[in-house]
Amino acid sequence: MAVAVEHPLDKYVRTEKLPTLWCPGCTIGIVMTSLLRAIDQRIREGLLRRDQITFVGGIGCSARIAMYVRFDSVRTAHGRTIPLATAIKILRPEHKVIVVGGDGDICAIGGNHLLHALRRNMDLMIIIVNNMIYGMTGGQVSPTTPLKLYTTTTPYGNPEKPLNIIRLACSLGANFVARGSATHPHILQQIFYKALGKRGLALIEVLSSCPEIFGRHIGITDPVKSFMTLRDKIKVKNNPSLDESEYDWEKGFVIGVYLDKDDPGYIDNLSLLYKSLRGF
Amino acid sequence: MEKRSLQISMARARHKIVVISERCKECGICITVCPVKILDKSSLRNSRGFRYPVASDENRCIGCRLCEYSCPDLAIYIL
Ligand SMILES: Cc1ncc(C[n+]2csc(CCOP(=O)(O)OP(=O)(O)O)c2C)c(N)n1
Ligand code: SF4
Ligand code: SF4
Repeated sequence: MAVAVEHPLDKYVRTEKLPTLWCPGCTIGIVMTSLLRAIDQRIREGLLRRDQITFVGGIGCSARIAMYVRFDSVRTAHGRTIPLATAIKILRPEHKVIVVGGDGDICAIGGNHLLHALRRNMDLMIIIVNNMIYGMTGGQVSPTTPLKLYTTTTPYGNPEKPLNIIRLACSLGANFVARGSATHPHILQQIFYKALGKRGLALIEVLSSCPEIFGRHIGITDPVKSFMTLRDKIKVKNNPSLDESEYDWEKGFVIGVYLDKDDPGYIDNLSLLYKSLRGF
Repeated sequence: MEKRSLQISMARARHKIVVISERCKECGICITVCPVKILDKSSLRNSRGFRYPVASDENRCIGCRLCEYSCPDLAIYIL
């Protein structure tokens, strides 16, 4: 029997753009496929409509996820994904609007937008692919580069304390805050599945390995070693406490769902306001 | 009788490992995560020069799909 060469996820991928631009062993692709499996699960269960999903990506290796998925998708300037996604969500509230980007894209240049989206509990799913460096532009330090690690711009070791994205998101009022890792695709898929069902803001930080650039600076460029180095640093917890979100390269990283509540999101508040103005 | 023939056919069919060789970038992640260690780099290369994985003994595949889930490039799956 002839076997049709078609990957089960091909229906959600712009296969004409494959192979991706990502380097061999870059785990951004695992983040994308885990997300597509979660979306597929929701679509098959009738909980999500394929024509009501919109991806928004900026600039960077991670942001290119938005280019490869076969859904409505738009790419904008570096750092400006959240304002664009906010506008799309207000105009098309029935859409599940998914923002994808790197730690540089969303936490550095786009950091201000992130703060205000969190504060508003804006109805977006924000996926931060955290490879701890600016990959696309050659390895500059990012807000999430761990202390003491080498990058192109920190040749003597990073003197800056890194940003703990989980703490930030939990303190500002997002409904759903989780950390996953590309080295644990099944858990990542479960986290995405849950996040897709949330109103308000769902933020998922995904640790990802960049063997080419981050790896070059820390001295681990072999894709498998790079993958295993990250995998060995991951601890899985069911309901981790906020203190367990500690972000430290030496001590490793706890993945899991840190916050899951159901407060009204921005869109709920906006429709209440519209109702009161209209009087019905 | 019926039960027996079912068992035999299941033992034969097991799982089929499908590699889309042109998509592979030879990262080796699938080979590492396979719990029964049946994947290996092929001696052949795809058109981009990458040695894609081949299964040494497909019958030992337990169908866990760890290779499929861990491949960043949608290049391997289990049927
Ligand atoms: C306004 C603007 N500033 C700077 C750049 C250059 N630039 C492109 S991608 C990038 C950062 C990439 O890092 P990150 O967002 O973490 O994504 P990664 O490539 O690591 O996935 C920068 C600074 C740009 N394209 N536009
Ligand atoms: S530079 Fe790093 S993040 Fe970018 S594609 Fe290569 S491995 Fe991935
Ligand atoms: S994980 Fe995918 S890209 Fe990497 S060697 Fe295996 S089949 Fe090739």
